[in-house]
Amino acid sequence: MNHPLIQMRSITKNFPGVLALDQVDFTLKPGEIHALMGENGAGKSTLIKVLTGAEEFETGQILLGENPEPIINTSPEQAQQRGISTVYQEVNLCPNLSVAENLFVGRQPKRLSMIHWAEMNRRSRAIMDRIGVDIDVEKPLEVYSLAVQQMVAIGRAIDISEDVLILDEPTSSLNESEVATLFDLMRKLRDEGMGIIFITHFLEQVYEVCDKITVLRNGGLVGEYLIETMPRKDLVAAMLGRSFDDLAAIEGESHAVKEEGMPVISARSVGVRGGVKPFDFNVFEGEVVGLAGLLGSGRTEVARAIYGADNPNSGTLEVKGKRVRHNPLSSMRAGMGFCPESRKHEGCVQDLSVRENIILAEQTKRGVFRLMSASEQEKIAKQYVDLLQIKTASLDTPISQLSGGNQQKVILARWLATHPDFLILDEPTRGIDVGTKAEIQRLCVELAGQGMSILFISSEIDEMLRTCSRIGIMRDLHKVGEASGDQLSSSTIMSMIAGGESDE
Amino acid sequence: MTDTTTTMSTIRKKSFLGSLMARFYGNNFLLIITIVLFAGMYITGSVIFSNKNFGTLNSFFDMLNSNSALIVLAAGMTMVLISGGIDISVGAQMAMYCMMFAYFIEKQHVNAYTMIVVVLITGVVFGLIQGVLVAYFDIQPFIVTLAGLFLARGLTAMISPETISIQDPNFQSLVSMKLRFPFGGYYNSVGDYQQPFVYLHVVLALLILIALYVMMTWTKFGRSIYAVGGNQQSARLMGLNVRRTKLMVYVLNGFLAAFAGFLFCLFSPAGAVEKAPAYEMYAIAAAVIGGAMFTGGVGNVLGSLFGVLVQATIIKFVNFTGTLSNGWPEFIRAAIMSFFIILQAVFTWVRKQRE
Repeated sequence: MNHPLIQMRSITKNFPGVLALDQVDFTLKPGEIHALMGENGAGKSTLIKVLTGAEEFETGQILLGENPEPIINTSPEQAQQRGISTVYQEVNLCPNLSVAENLFVGRQPKRLSMIHWAEMNRRSRAIMDRIGVDIDVEKPLEVYSLAVQQMVAIGRAIDISEDVLILDEPTSSLNESEVATLFDLMRKLRDEGMGIIFITHFLEQVYEVCDKITVLRNGGLVGEYLIETMPRKDLVAAMLGRSFDDLAAIEGESHAVKEEGMPVISARSVGVRGGVKPFDFNVFEGEVVGLAGLLGSGRTEVARAIYGADNPNSGTLEVKGKRVRHNPLSSMRAGMGFCPESRKHEGCVQDLSVRENIILAEQTKRGVFRLMSASEQEKIAKQYVDLLQIKTASLDTPISQLSGGNQQKVILARWLATHPDFLILDEPTRGIDVGTKAEIQRLCVELAGQGMSILFISSEIDEMLRTCSRIGIMRDLHKVGEASGDQLSSSTIMSMIAGGESDE
Repeated sequence: MTDTTTTMSTIRKKSFLGSLMARFYGNNFLLIITIVLFAGMYITGSVIFSNKNFGTLNSFFDMLNSNSALIVLAAGMTMVLISGGIDISVGAQMAMYCMMFAYFIEKQHVNAYTMIVVVLITGVVFGLIQGVLVAYFDIQPFIVTLAGLFLARGLTAMISPETISIQDPNFQSLVSMKLRFPFGGYYNSVGDYQQPFVYLHVVLALLILIALYVMMTWTKFGRSIYAVGGNQQSARLMGLNVRRTKLMVYVLNGFLAAFAGFLFCLFSPAGAVEKAPAYEMYAIAAAVIGGAMFTGGVGNVLGSLFGVLVQATIIKFVNFTGTLSNGWPEFIRAAIMSFFIILQAVFTWVRKQRE
């Protein structure tokens, strides 16, 4: 009998103010690789956390195997003992211990109540043999590549739990041949009858290795599909929550394409090892260019590579025809600005005031020894607070007291104050109210009208259609194309994002 | 399905530095350098001061005889550093335990053997309090043990502000207990045979050192300390009880500080407020020279023995020269520390490059 290993029924979970999971069903059978797909906030992680006991849930049932009694795991360790192990994106092992120790930490074989190293090493070799990795298990883990470390993590997981293996974005830091090796192992384990839950952002990989797909969106179940019956673009539509017919209806107003003269930014086969694959990218004066793609497709990575926040290992980058060094300060001096995606961690300095946050980038550009006078700081801050209509009690209010939208405007003001020629906005409208969104979009178009070039990254295609004259398309860390002119429609862009298959 | 092993071989290709690292890996690499350094210094000394018996077994044992307490402190410190923490209270604790011995044996006439037990229990309790604050209240170990340092020095002065020497016959018999070596002696200038020997406290210190080494290498607790120091988050996810492991490290280190206090009292049987100044720092220096890293997860308790010996050799050098000022031991200690810190930085850098 092909009885399911796991049945999750009507799982509901609330976070304060958010319905994280709403009546979600999920079934895993032995001998299948089951992809769990969804955009940010879809509930994938929460579902896995509920299953492995890292989070509690309010209603619903989890059934394991043929046991009719529902179970509740209270900790990942308990889930492990019940046969469910998780391997995370970051390798959760100890780099200073040997491979064998990592496999057996906390459960070392003993003789005369002392750790039996010989036995431990012997059993470790057997585990690594089983997963087809031929390494010296007595060497410390850190001498091996990330891929091997990941294999060791899987080795530990399957040695403890025989039934279910959860792989949470295991491929994000692996190169192609390493991914291939991982997939071989996954297929081997599947053929041995394990159930594998595979979470990834890479569409190609889903189609390469998975048997089934469960799609979640905004905490709700969209559906469970067999891989053969689910074309790529339907999958993208399911994840983004639109059907292609709906999308065709919303067409953006056309923006004039301004590809003329010398580009402000010209990137030629710029690539980052372990990150975005080499890409070409030009941005011309007075142009708002978008970057579209699913989460993890490399949008942010492109921006970071251009700005020098990540160090590219190939290609050349020219700003107005001149090569620049790859680091944020040089980029800033060359006239770039970068509003990062995570406002909290990379943008706001929470303890500083609105005024201090606004002048921060300009001050850095000038250098520590040419301090801006108080009155100059005041003047600049006031100018942008008025221009962007930032709602704050005073210029000296700590930024942490402002709403998300206003914080975003402060960060925007910080970069506008440096008078950049080229501004990168990574998800500038995420998590802010509709009114502010519209303001920021309008501002982008206005700034472009004044000659500034803007790279606009967003998860919302509609928003980019409204602001951008050209949109670069990212898929699985490759820049796969550009859309401009007539191609600027949701349906065209969505099918370019999905890729793989031609339009029907 | 493609052949797994062939794909794997491409993954396993390592850089030159990587294979070098694998060969002289980590703890052992730094430890080997320490041993080589010590041997080099000692042989150099023996050659330069060959007319002053620098290289004799007696002279070597002298270093152990005056550093038994430090050996135990350094081994304990290594353990704490491996766990990713630090304990700077141990020197002050040691002074306090000496004072407890002196005051209670001499002024309150408590039996010497009873006092050994009392002191060791006090050490465990002291460690338990520090451990709870570090492990369960998540307070920085530096801060916790800094408070511990002040507490112990304060308590020492409160027990007695005056120096008390221990005359108790029971205690004195322990003080004078020796292990004589039947060989390796020499005849001094007036023709008397000098038999090499170590005191009881040296034997006890070495036994403790071996016990700690066994614990760190062959017990689940010992390996858990390495795991917690290597990556606390991972250790937790692998099902280890991180908090309890850290607690036990400080409890054990409290016990070791008390034991070191006992040994120090055997070496110098008196209680005094300013006894054993900066010993926690010498212990840290010994641990670092012996290959422990402040980032945790790396170190070897046997290394700390060589860390102590290197420092003792420096002092010996200065003493044998006779003309150097007291600043020199500290100066050379600083130079050697710098050497090891740079070595560790290079070591860490090489490791980073591999990623």
